[in-house]
Amino acid sequence: MAKITMREAISQALMEEMDRDPAVFIMGEEVGVWGGTYAVTKGFYDKYGPDRVKDTPIAENAILGGAIGAAMVGQRPIAELMTINFAFSAMDYIVNQAAKLRYMFGGQFMLPLVIRAVGGGGRQLGATHSQTPDAIFAHFPGLKVVSPGTPEDAKGLLKSAIRSNDPILFIEHATMYQVRGEVPEGEYTIPIGKSKVQREGKDLTIVTYCKGLELSMKAAEQLSKEGIEAEIVDLRTLRPLDMEPVLESFKKTNRAIVVEEGWKSYGVGSEIVSRIYEEAFDYVDAPIIRVAQKEVPLPYNRTLEQAALPQVADIVNAAKEVLK
Amino acid sequence: MKKEQLLDLYYQMVLIRRVEERGAELYQAGKIGGFMHLYIGQEAVSTGLIAAREPRDRVITAYRDHGVALNCGISADEVMAELLGKATGMSKGKGGSMHMADVSKNMWGGHAIVGGHLPVAAGFAIGDQYAKNDNITICMFGDGATNIGYFHESLNLAKTWGLRVLWVCENNQYGMGTSVERASAVDEIRQKAEGYGMKNAAVDGMDVMKVYEAAKEAMDYIRKEGQPYLLEINTYRFRGHSMGDPERYRKAEEVKQWQENDPIGIFNKYLLDKKVATRKALDEIEARVEEETNKAVEFAESSPEPTMEDLYTDIYADA
Ligand SMILES: Cc1ncc(C[n+]2csc(CCOP(=O)(O)OP(=O)(O)O)c2C)c(N)n1
Ligand SMILES: [Mg+2]
Repeated sequence: MAKITMREAISQALMEEMDRDPAVFIMGEEVGVWGGTYAVTKGFYDKYGPDRVKDTPIAENAILGGAIGAAMVGQRPIAELMTINFAFSAMDYIVNQAAKLRYMFGGQFMLPLVIRAVGGGGRQLGATHSQTPDAIFAHFPGLKVVSPGTPEDAKGLLKSAIRSNDPILFIEHATMYQVRGEVPEGEYTIPIGKSKVQREGKDLTIVTYCKGLELSMKAAEQLSKEGIEAEIVDLRTLRPLDMEPVLESFKKTNRAIVVEEGWKSYGVGSEIVSRIYEEAFDYVDAPIIRVAQKEVPLPYNRTLEQAALPQVADIVNAAKEVLK
Repeated sequence: MKKEQLLDLYYQMVLIRRVEERGAELYQAGKIGGFMHLYIGQEAVSTGLIAAREPRDRVITAYRDHGVALNCGISADEVMAELLGKATGMSKGKGGSMHMADVSKNMWGGHAIVGGHLPVAAGFAIGDQYAKNDNITICMFGDGATNIGYFHESLNLAKTWGLRVLWVCENNQYGMGTSVERASAVDEIRQKAEGYGMKNAAVDGMDVMKVYEAAKEAMDYIRKEGQPYLLEINTYRFRGHSMGDPERYRKAEEVKQWQENDPIGIFNKYLLDKKVATRKALDEIEARVEEETNKAVEFAESSPEPTMEDLYTDIYADA
């Protein structure tokens, strides 16, 4: 096992798949000469040239619409949104085109498209540039939504996403590119639509993903010092949602909290909690608690921004509350 | 222009430069966070442009907005306080570098979604047309922003409906690391106005007097004809796109060449050559700016942080 950063993991996945399949190419803003605004595609332009690493104009509709069209005629584009906030500028292409075209035309063609997008707050970028709107995208049948929390998962899931024949939104977190983790040597993939237990424990279940995983792991360490063992289930894919590991864990612990960075109302937590109540009501020993972002647009001021984002302490407190 | 006005333009340009230089230092020191886009090199653009407006004319721009804010009469104190995220900033520390607005001064904000503010600018003009006044909206944006649909929808609407908007493209030759030739079908941005039958012109943005004159002419036309106008202002940013840009996309010689055309240097020479001011008078202006900037930093550093209650204010107007 090698220890690498999230950035390296994503970069390796892209490079391995580009080497494996000539139909794979990248298009987006500043992916080429600049090397990606988060340096994920650094060196790609020199290695693959402008045909396979396309610097686009600032034109999110053309980026996504263009990638959809290219996918429909047999290529395997990876469209990059500089940040997920700009997905709103091209929402039609995600919602009305990518998620529906195949279905509407009776499955006559495939749409092998990956949309990579960076999301998340905590960098003082202000209200429009700090969002974690993952749940919105997971609302639409026809689209798959993946959001990994470790380098190992990021690499394996991105490789699967690129090989998949369906449109997939792959969400990364802006504050996690330096996160280090072990990844297997050599070739491997991780199936899309499979949740995973990232930490075992008997006292409560924490359901989370992406940035929430990093926070929850820290919270679990603190709780462990106080004799509380949390089991952490990482969703990894928001749609299709794999509830099996969640329910299995919950049936053991009978208590759960859900941790996400996005807003609480109509969020990922809302979905998970309903599913637990629907599918494991007899096992519920305490009301399930959602830890999420405060219901405000994120401010620039650092102290206020941090106050609005879910913190490790919020998770620790929620865990204790659910155990009362 | 009168002597006092000319000297005031010089003062504004030097103020922008110094406020940003100090801002860059504070950013390096970790006192400013987020994205900060400097206007250094482009000072003549907004200075000349905004000098040509009536106070009732509205201004809206992108995230590279510190200069525009100062030109519109927002104090250096408030600009610095907003950069530091303090409660005394014009956006109460909620907006930061990219979101400076004071609508009482008809400065309707810096906006961080590229091109996103263009339809809103058209909307200001729709509101003013509906109110039957002849206010003009000055809408500033970068060269990169002319490649997004927002730009085209807005120009088309403005011409079709006869909206009083001065569309100002600040062509600083790059959108982040992408040069105009690599992203735009036409090199001259003003050509894009032709497709919408819109009157247009291009002007040298390193010379504040030329910018002022071009803006005056455009605004006279807009006011009188009730039609939009596109002005392309050619300029260059001396610094990176934002703080921490590795600048792999351009050569140091290119930057140096443009820096020889420093808009402040050009105007300084103009004022001396035309005997508008003595060197001593210009030195005095620079000293005044230095003092004002120091004071602004002190004001910002000693200002209070917003409180936790502020997190929840301003979300809705109604309770
Ligand atoms: C819709 C959207 N896409 C992408 C971005 C990221 N972005 C911020 S600034 C910028 C470049 C804009 O260039 P230009 O319009 O020329 O303005 P300049 O920065 O040169 O002043 C990009 C791509 C964004 N903020 N909004
Ligand atoms: Mg530009």
